[in-house]
Amino acid sequence: MNNELNFSFTVNGREKTFCFPPEATLLTVLRDNGYTEVHNGCETGECGSCVVILNGVTVNSCMVLAASAMDGEILTVRALGDVHNPHPIQRAFAESGAVQCGFCTPGQILSAYALLTEKPSPSDEEIKQALDGNICRCTGYKKIIEAVKLSAVRMKGDDDE
Amino acid sequence: MMMNKNFKQAGLSHEKLDSIALACGREKYTDDFRIDEPLFISFLYSDIASGLIKSINISRAEAADGVKAVLYYGNTPETLHTTAGQGFPEPSPYDCRMFDSKVRFVGDRIAAVAAETKKQADAALKLIDVKIEESEPLFDMEKAMDAGAPLIHTDDEYPAIPVTYKPEINLAAEVLISFGDIEKGLAEADTVIEDSYNMQYASHCATEPHAVAVYFDERGRMVIISATQVPFHVRRIVSMVCGIAIQNIRVIKPRVGGGFGGKQEVFLEQVAALTAWRLRRSVKIVLSRKEVFINARTRHAMRSRIRMGVKKTGEITALEVDDLMNAGAYGPHALTVLSNAGAKVLPLFNKIENLSFTGRSVYTNLPIGGAYRGYGATQGYFALNQHIDAAARYCGIDFLDYVKKWHIKSGETSAVFAALGEGKEGVSQYIKSCGLGDCIDLGAEAIGWAEKRGKKIRSGSKVRGVGAAVCMQGSGIPEIDMASCHIKMNEDGSFNLSTGATDIGTGSDTILAQIAAEAVGTSYDKFIVLSSDTDTTPFDTGAYASSTTYITGNAVKLCALKIRAQLEETAAEILSVEKSDIELSGGTARQILTSKKISYGELCAYRLYTSGQYQIQATQSFVAHESPPPFTAQFAEVEVDLETGELKLLELVAAVDCGLALNPILAEGQVEGAVLNGISYALTEEYLFNSKGRMVNPDYGHYKIFSIADMPKLKTIIVDSFEQTGPYGAKSIGEIALNGPAPAIANAVFDAAGIRLKDTPFTPEKVWKLLRKEV
Repeated sequence: MNNELNFSFTVNGREKTFCFPPEATLLTVLRDNGYTEVHNGCETGECGSCVVILNGVTVNSCMVLAASAMDGEILTVRALGDVHNPHPIQRAFAESGAVQCGFCTPGQILSAYALLTEKPSPSDEEIKQALDGNICRCTGYKKIIEAVKLSAVRMKGDDDE
Repeated sequence: MMMNKNFKQAGLSHEKLDSIALACGREKYTDDFRIDEPLFISFLYSDIASGLIKSINISRAEAADGVKAVLYYGNTPETLHTTAGQGFPEPSPYDCRMFDSKVRFVGDRIAAVAAETKKQADAALKLIDVKIEESEPLFDMEKAMDAGAPLIHTDDEYPAIPVTYKPEINLAAEVLISFGDIEKGLAEADTVIEDSYNMQYASHCATEPHAVAVYFDERGRMVIISATQVPFHVRRIVSMVCGIAIQNIRVIKPRVGGGFGGKQEVFLEQVAALTAWRLRRSVKIVLSRKEVFINARTRHAMRSRIRMGVKKTGEITALEVDDLMNAGAYGPHALTVLSNAGAKVLPLFNKIENLSFTGRSVYTNLPIGGAYRGYGATQGYFALNQHIDAAARYCGIDFLDYVKKWHIKSGETSAVFAALGEGKEGVSQYIKSCGLGDCIDLGAEAIGWAEKRGKKIRSGSKVRGVGAAVCMQGSGIPEIDMASCHIKMNEDGSFNLSTGATDIGTGSDTILAQIAAEAVGTSYDKFIVLSSDTDTTPFDTGAYASSTTYITGNAVKLCALKIRAQLEETAAEILSVEKSDIELSGGTARQILTSKKISYGELCAYRLYTSGQYQIQATQSFVAHESPPPFTAQFAEVEVDLETGELKLLELVAAVDCGLALNPILAEGQVEGAVLNGISYALTEEYLFNSKGRMVNPDYGHYKIFSIADMPKLKTIIVDSFEQTGPYGAKSIGEIALNGPAPAIANAVFDAAGIRLKDTPFTPEKVWKLLRKEV
């Protein structure tokens, strides 16, 4: 009757074992286990609200079978920083007015994080490409681009120190 | 004109109070709350557009694994109501039941299953045996009032207020106003310009799908957490429909993932509440994106027909507007969106003596219309701006010069203000601030109007053009919307500000804190803002009608001034001086002559613990007696491929007069979000229906909304302005910017290619077909 299995992951640096049926998506498993910062906006891989970083790569967690991520390393937006010690990208999003309703924000920030890890000084076009999978209905994206650029400047500054 | 009011908090781009927590994933939306062992509800939707349920057997579903309840018309309250979250009594017809024996569109709810898991609920849906006798559907709104047309509502539906409502001819609402004599005016004209414009169905696409969670607190009261714009209306409607006393219901609005009008609708809460109440169990409903598309509310499709008499001098001798609005299967907002297509649009050109507006909302067997940012003004301005463009061209006058001459100015009024309200007469008002002229000048400069207009710059098969559009909106609903707040002080100089106003991502919590801080004389981050919870925050009609900044803002300002008076009195008492000898600023009371200082915290502590003890606190309600309109001028530069019909928007400039922008970054954000939604609506968004009335594209893959890669160059200009009746000079900003992109783009395409795009969205196919006709 119960076909649930135990799987292990590393989520935000901590090893976790979750119990779920083999058809469960990574999105539902993460949300069911308290990672509610991973948001469910469409479940068809088209809005980016559920983006997480899996083994260094951004994925729409609604499109990933959780079982396929076994032993993988998962980062949600909470891995980057918290309200007392936010990551420069989180700070830049807040300061730039890039956060309105905030529902898409964790996904936007993780896409930006993946981009800036690879390309510390992205062009506008590269930013648009990297964040194209993250739909925002509130901001018109302008302040999101500004936030990513501000993040890039700040993170480079940090590296120089 | 620079308004230097020496404000310390109003007008500063303070960071939105919740943004760091949102960016760190710490804030909670409705579905993020852990509630004890909830039941999950799934809905059975009709795949037939029109029909009667002949039989429905729920017994197999009821017996299925995990199922705790199956709801349908046979076991739920028959209370007629509207799902529109509006003031009471609502101006929308009472034409819907929780469940009904009639289905009226593909996506209408037939039944709901509550089960221990979502999977079990979904599985049990398939076990409900329904037999529907199909009847002829009505899809074409133009035929809705024809003799012999299928009737959508034939029972005892009724309007809650005395307005025209004739379901016997599918008429959900009617608005008629008229001044002067249209035919006489047309006869006096040098030309009569006549055309029809159409706007289509659209989804709000708030990133968070609709959700509700219900649980019982320790004492058995029912708590409803809802992704809503209207928590107090939720409480009232749930009480009315389910027969549960208001006293037993608490509605909490957590973070909400956008609304845009879609969450001004109360259609899930009553189902969740009734199930929870009957079973004494927690309940959750979270819609999928597909369900949002097919069952939640939409922008009303509208056809606007205009006849305009114009003299060569530019004078409009007559304006006749005939709007037909598709209410869909039910009529939430069917009257008020329609009336706003007149009320928010016609006053802009206020010198027209012969004016008539005929608006009709009709039922069809298509998805339900509702509130959507712009609220009828979007549709109205799409038509009017193209007509004004045509009139100016006829007169040989530049569009911008034409608008500047004829638009409403400060000190002027329009008879339409008094004639058209929300289901009743409106409220007369004189414009006290109008920065439209500045919007036009600054926007024109930014887009390069003088260099580009009429130049038809060619590059191969591509030609460029620029166009503009002008619009106004309102700031809340005068004499109807009410907001209230409570402020209390803490002994460290901080304050709790409680308000029923509903921050759905707009930043209203933040600007209300700025207003309070300005009035009290401290910094905005001294305010701990709580909004909104029907148990702990005072009443507010909610986040709609561009009302929060102006109406709640005024309540907060007046409330905070009461706090200021208490601080003054306390400081004067401690320092043994007159109140007039005290200056309050920066969280400190200062004796002007001696410069002796006392911190706000000390003042509070004195009142809490030392002498003449009382809690420094105040409450305030506010109802507006006018609705000062914000104004916008928007400019589009396009490139049209004359061979393929491809239409590219190169740049959009939006210049806005929102009074004093209390928080410029947040105000720009409102403009940019609305503009991109407006662009996306003008160019790509569209409900596609098959011949059976089924929406065939209910996902983002096929319903195209703009992504970051699609965005054109955007420029936002907030012009200097000051509204004397607004809190520290502010007017509204939430909706207006959505009204400009479609007409600005259409006018730009005419400038480039000489074709009038009268139907949105402007697909390459439509452009190409019009270009072929021209050749």
